[in-house]
Amino acid sequence: MDLAAVLTLEILNGIASLALISIGLAIIFGMMRVINLAHGEFLMLGGYAAIVATNHGVNIWFSMLVVAPVVVGIIGVIAERAIIRFLYGRMIDTLLATWGLSLFFIGAVTTIFGNTVAGIGAPLGSIAVGRYTISLYRVVLIGITAIILAVIFVVLRRTRLGLIARATMENPDMAAALGVSPARVYATTFGVGAALTGVAGGLLAPISGILPTVGAAYVAKAFITVISGGTAILAGTVAASGLFGSVGQLLTYFTTPVIGEAGLLAAAILLLRLLPHGITGKFFRRSL
Amino acid sequence: MRAGRIAPGFIVTAAIMVGVALGVPRVVDEFGLLQLTVFAAMCILALSLGVVWGYGGILCFGQSAFFGLGAYAYAVTAVNLGESTVAVLVAIALPAAFAALLGYFMFYGRLSDVYLGVITLSVTLIFFNLVNSTAGDAYRIGKARLNGFNGMPSLPTLNVPGDPGRLLDPTETFYVVMALLVLVYLGLHALLATRFGRVVVAIRENETRCELLGYDVRLHKLLIFTVGGGIAGLAGSLFANWGAFVSPTVFSLGMTSQIIIWVIVGGLGTLLGPIIGCLIMQYLATTLGTQQIANTSLIFGAIFLAFVLLVPRGLVPSLVALGARFPGPARSRRLEPGP
Repeated sequence: MDLAAVLTLEILNGIASLALISIGLAIIFGMMRVINLAHGEFLMLGGYAAIVATNHGVNIWFSMLVVAPVVVGIIGVIAERAIIRFLYGRMIDTLLATWGLSLFFIGAVTTIFGNTVAGIGAPLGSIAVGRYTISLYRVVLIGITAIILAVIFVVLRRTRLGLIARATMENPDMAAALGVSPARVYATTFGVGAALTGVAGGLLAPISGILPTVGAAYVAKAFITVISGGTAILAGTVAASGLFGSVGQLLTYFTTPVIGEAGLLAAAILLLRLLPHGITGKFFRRSL
Repeated sequence: MRAGRIAPGFIVTAAIMVGVALGVPRVVDEFGLLQLTVFAAMCILALSLGVVWGYGGILCFGQSAFFGLGAYAYAVTAVNLGESTVAVLVAIALPAAFAALLGYFMFYGRLSDVYLGVITLSVTLIFFNLVNSTAGDAYRIGKARLNGFNGMPSLPTLNVPGDPGRLLDPTETFYVVMALLVLVYLGLHALLATRFGRVVVAIRENETRCELLGYDVRLHKLLIFTVGGGIAGLAGSLFANWGAFVSPTVFSLGMTSQIIIWVIVGGLGTLLGPIIGCLIMQYLATTLGTQQIANTSLIFGAIFLAFVLLVPRGLVPSLVALGARFPGPARSRRLEPGP
C-alpha cells in the first residue's frame, strides 16, 4: 500500500517534470511554429539564475519563481529581436540558428562558471509515507506545475492578451489590420515561452544540479513530448506528459532510469507512426 | 538528362584527393599524418550527411547515432574476433540496418522535416545516455566490455584482410582511409547520377510532384537514408580504429552539431562542400583546442549562427555563384551534379 502510494507519487512527479520542461517549448512551437533548439539552454540558464541568486542570499522560492523567469525571459526577447525575427517562416533555418544559439550559450556559460556541477539544496525536507520517505519538494513541484498550467489556460482563454496572441497566430495580417502589432506579439510570446522555461530550469535545479551541458539531458524529452502532443498546446502537453511520464517512470522503477528514457523514446516513435499529427491531431481536437 | 554523365569538376576533385593521398606522406611527419587520417575519416562522415541532407532533403540531426553505432560495432566485433575486416563490414551493416528500421518508422509515418530532425536528434541523445550507463561487468558482449562512460580502450587496429597478425602502420592506414574517402566520394557521385539518384534529388525538389508522377517517395527516402547510415558507420569504424579507442562522446550533442556545422559551412547540395567544411572546421577545432582564450563551443556557435543568417547556402555554392557572375573564358554553366 505504501509502495503503491510512493509509486503513484513518483509517476505524478515524472509527469509534472515532463510537463514543466515542455510547456515553454510547446508555447513557442505551438503558437509561433518556431522550433527552439536552444530550449535546453534556456532551462540551463534558468537553473544558473536561480542558483546564483540563492547563493547571493535571495530567498530560494523568490529566485526560482521570479528571478529565473525574468532573466531567461529577457534573454529570450533579446534572442528573438536579434536573431529569430529574421527567420520567421523559414522553419529549418530557425531550427539551425537556435542550434547555433544553444552552442553559443553552452560556450558562454562554460567560460563564466566553468564546466562543473552547481547546485542548491532542495527546500522543505522530506515526509514519511509508511516505511518510505519522499522529498516534500517533489510533491510541491506537482502542485506548482498544475498551477502554472492552470494560469496559462486562463490567460489564453479568458484575457484580452490571450485573445490577441491567439488571433495573431491564427492570422497575423488580419490582426495587423485590426491594430495589433504582430512583431510585438511575437516577441512577447517568445519571451513568455522563454520565461516559463526559465521557471522550469529554476525549479529543477535543486533536484538535478546544473552544469553548462545539462540542456542536452532535457531537450530530447521536451521535444518528444511537444511533438507527440500535437497542435493543441495545453491539452497536447498534458496528454503526452501523462503518457510518457507514466511509461518512463514505470520502466525506471522496474529497470533503470536509462531504460526508462529509451522506453519513453520508443513509445514516442511508435506513437508518431500511428498518429503522425500527435495525440491532439486525433483526439481532443478542439481543445486549447 | 542522360544518366552516368561525369562532370569535369568532379574528376578534378577526385584527382586532387588522390594526389593528396599519394603526396602527403612524403612531406608530413607522423603526427601530421595521424591528424590527416582522422580528418579524412571525418570527411567520410561529412559526406554521409551531405548526401542524406543535401541531396535527399532529409533533415537528419542524428548522423552521429550511426557514426557511434559504427564505432561501437567495430569495437565489439574487433575485440571478439581479434581481426578487423569483418569488424569494418559489421560497422557498415549494423548502422545501415538501424537506419532502415528508424527510417521505416519516420518515412512511412510521413513525419515532416522538422519532426524528423527532432526524432533523429533525440535518438542520438538517448544512445549517449544508454551507452554511458553500461559501466560494469554486467555489460559485455562476448569478450568486449562496454565500460560505459570510460569507453573501450586498446581496440585492435586495421590489419591486412585475412592476416590478423599483420597490422597496418600509420602510413598504410592513411592510404586506406584516403582510398575509402575517394571511393565513397566517387561512389556517391555515381549513385546520384543513376536513375535512383535523380529521383532522390527530384523528391527533394518537390515531393508531391514526384508522388503524383508515380515514384515511391517513402522507399527512395528510406534507401538514401540507409546508405547514409552505412557510410556514417564506416566513418565510425575508421574513427574507432584511428584512436584504438571509442567512448560515448561519439554520440554526444557536440559531435552531432559538428557534423551539421560542417555541412552548413561547406554548403548543401554539393559533395565537395561537406568535405571542405569538415576540413576547415576540424582545423579550427584543433587550433582552438590548444588555446584557452575562448571556448570552442562559443566560437562554433557563433560561426553556426553567422552562416545561417549571412551565408545560408554555405561556402561552396556561394563561391560557385560568385564565380558565375564573373565568367572566365572556358566556364561551362552546369547546375548539377555539382562539383
